[in-house]
Amino acid sequence: MKFLTALIAGLLFGAGLLVSGMTDPANVLGFLDIFGAWRPQLAFVMGAAVLTAAPAFWFVRQRRRSLLGAPVDLPDRRRIDKTLVAGATMFGVGWGLSGICPGPGLVLLASGHGMAYLFMAAVIAGMWLVQLTRN
Amino acid sequence: MLIGAGTATLLLMNGRIAGVSGILGNAVRAAFGEQGWRLGFLLGLLVPALILGTGVAQLPRPWYWAVVSGLLVGAGTQIGSGCTSGHGVCGLANLSTRSLVATLTFMTSAVFTVLLVRHGVVP
Repeated sequence: MKFLTALIAGLLFGAGLLVSGMTDPANVLGFLDIFGAWRPQLAFVMGAAVLTAAPAFWFVRQRRRSLLGAPVDLPDRRRIDKTLVAGATMFGVGWGLSGICPGPGLVLLASGHGMAYLFMAAVIAGMWLVQLTRN
Repeated sequence: MLIGAGTATLLLMNGRIAGVSGILGNAVRAAFGEQGWRLGFLLGLLVPALILGTGVAQLPRPWYWAVVSGLLVGAGTQIGSGCTSGHGVCGLANLSTRSLVATLTFMTSAVFTVLLVRHGVVP
């Protein structure tokens, strides 16, 4: 059951990224290029996603359990530290170089482009390196 | 809206955050019993593109930029505990100031990076 609902969630999410054009790095880079020919779509897509998901977060914050009864432990909402800012800065630089973040990167694997595989392999390597240094 | 619906589904049904970097990062290392839902979500992400195609012809060249970019994205999301979906969609929907700061930070550094690449010094 957990697998099935996660699969459905993934299907919706993946279809959303695809239909909204957010898997195309040209659209993402166009959004980030505010000093060039700006493409504002990403802001609308993200805004709509946030508004759609917000009621679910509100509901779960009250109930502290999912509809299937799993306990919900939402992430910290307040802690702001150097680690957060440093990581987010690094991620932004990487995102700005390619126009690809982890979600669209995964979806792009379906395109069969060698570059997408190279990118995702590097993403996993980067995650793994950080995990290594933590242990 | 579909992205938001997917996020809501995972939260309401599984009680989990639809942050792709977190799901991927944990799928790389987590205990086996907790793996199932993560693999389900990642598989779900792929299927629409397998059926419909991505329609993306061009990816960043030359190839080493894909590696540099990927390493920064992987390490940065791990250190900063989230990416566009985790902080940008889930965090903002959860009214998290932590995620708001993260989102504004990565948006700013990404805008500067594009500025340098497209209008400036990087080849």
